[in-house]
Amino acid sequence: MNGTAVLHSIIDGVLTGSVYALMATGLTLIFGVMNIINVAQGIFVILGAYLSYALSVHLGIDLFVGLLITIPTLFVVGIVVERLFLTRIKGPERVVMSILVTYAVSLVIEGILNLVFSTNYVELHAWYVNRSVKFLGIYLGYIYLLGFAMAVVLLAALYVMLYRTRFGTSVRASLADQTSAALVGINVRRVSTICFGIGIAVTAAGGMIYGATNAFNASSSYDLISRLLVIIVLGGMGSLGGALVAGIMMVTIEDLVGVVWGPVWSSLSFFLILVVVLSLRPQGLFGKRSVRVA
Amino acid sequence: MLRVRNVWWIVALGALVLFPLIETNPTYTGIGVSALIFMGCATSWNMFSGYSGYVNLGSAVFYGVGAYTITLLADHLNVPGNGDLFWLVPVGGVAAMIVAVPVGLIALRVRRHTFVVITIAIFFVFQLSAINFSFTGGTSGLQLPLIPWLETNYNKPFYYAALAVVVFAVLLSVAVRRSRFGLQLLAIRDDEDRAAGLGVKVFAVKLVGFTMSAFVVGMGGAIYAIFIGQIYPQFVFDPIFDISIALMAIFGGLGTLTGPLLGALVLESTQQYLAIRFSNGSLYLILFGSLFLVIVLFVPQGIVVFLGDWRSRRRARRAEGARVVLGDAS
Repeated sequence: MNGTAVLHSIIDGVLTGSVYALMATGLTLIFGVMNIINVAQGIFVILGAYLSYALSVHLGIDLFVGLLITIPTLFVVGIVVERLFLTRIKGPERVVMSILVTYAVSLVIEGILNLVFSTNYVELHAWYVNRSVKFLGIYLGYIYLLGFAMAVVLLAALYVMLYRTRFGTSVRASLADQTSAALVGINVRRVSTICFGIGIAVTAAGGMIYGATNAFNASSSYDLISRLLVIIVLGGMGSLGGALVAGIMMVTIEDLVGVVWGPVWSSLSFFLILVVVLSLRPQGLFGKRSVRVA
Repeated sequence: MLRVRNVWWIVALGALVLFPLIETNPTYTGIGVSALIFMGCATSWNMFSGYSGYVNLGSAVFYGVGAYTITLLADHLNVPGNGDLFWLVPVGGVAAMIVAVPVGLIALRVRRHTFVVITIAIFFVFQLSAINFSFTGGTSGLQLPLIPWLETNYNKPFYYAALAVVVFAVLLSVAVRRSRFGLQLLAIRDDEDRAAGLGVKVFAVKLVGFTMSAFVVGMGGAIYAIFIGQIYPQFVFDPIFDISIALMAIFGGLGTLTGPLLGALVLESTQQYLAIRFSNGSLYLILFGSLFLVIVLFVPQGIVVFLGDWRSRRRARRAEGARVVLGDAS
């Protein structure tokens, strides 16, 4: 272990973490607005990665150009899933039911992906995937830098949409309190559907970067969803800023632990951070204290 | 006094006891063993999650701990591959309880929604640890001592061991439901703040319930381990187990006594049958996922409640009909 390796892992962590933050933002947005824990988020990331894979292998479309197709595609997939299944969830155990429904959806998608693409691991390729640039004596992969840039652009776009548009105001109102939002004339149903679509759409971008930096198959989704869930719990469920901070923080610490103590401990460090933070702040870093719901 | 309901319980138990004596095809008795393991686990899962409303989607942690405990113990104590192995099953349950305490101390600090997510996260940590640490054998798993029973009768001891666990789980569930402790769990489900206000020590009650339910699930995992004879991290720390247990209890009827039993019996048999019938894992996933969706979307209150409603509606209709007939006569 030396200083360069530590610096390298920190920079890598921030670059990769921003992509996780993007995917986690989608997840926490869905939870905040709809009270739905979308455990299918992991398989949607993989779906996005496979779509990019199919476009680049069969049609020769560049990975980033392909996003112009995959992001809208997943947006539509999200809306269809929401309309077909999630609107049917009723009853008091809404959150639990939403987990079961989205898990069932993810099983079906996993089966379909296995049928179409087989269970062999694949990786996304492009001319920039294996190149790197030397910076402060460390090599940074182009793909990590591009992924970071993409995550920043998309998160900024999301921010602008949420804080500078009328629709964003409706979303934030629904995040704060659905009943009051409905009372002031916001169509919470429509906001929910669109938010679910957006929450899924960001996985197309995240999935592309994930697929370019990891070999994956459909069952990689389990690893992804566990990380994403830890991130949103840590950030505070429903908190967009929390997802951002926690995403970058977790991946950076994981990378750092991997360099300092070895990769076996890096995944466990994820959990240990969760334990420590939750013992001090059960609502997560940026979560609101749970208020009494009658 | 023998009430009608108790007669049904005795009939059901008798049928379960007789099943492997009548049905000798090892494929079907094997499905029977799995179904019983899940019936026990679902009942005890329901004893905590169904009563308290805190849905645990990480129960495979207890299952896996039970399985690994019995495997490692059998190895270190050099237990031969015979009936002695079964005496270690409760030890698997105790190990799961020991693990449940720190897990509960962390996970139960938060309210329901976050609790669900934390249990999922903790589950993945256990799965990762089982893969990463060397004492668990990593991805190549661990072997149990070979059991030299005749193939035709191979399933029977497991079947009766699992049945004993189911009976224990049901009795425990009934005892909890009828106790002051059970009422406290239900009070937490209905309104945790009010329960706390009325003097229920909510955290302690939740922790005890959580730990108790871990015991049976751990025993289930231990029986599964000796039944299969070889364990892998992905099979005993299986996310599908987490979800299946919850699905079985919900499909049957959350918080009811017969619900999880029926749900596990129906779903696990179907699941095993599909897995055998469609050896192609992808098709199986699609079918199981679809079945699962249909259940959650169309029978969200569970079959026990659904059938109960249906029966009372029919009764009401019949009463209505009788009144109409009387009305005509007068």
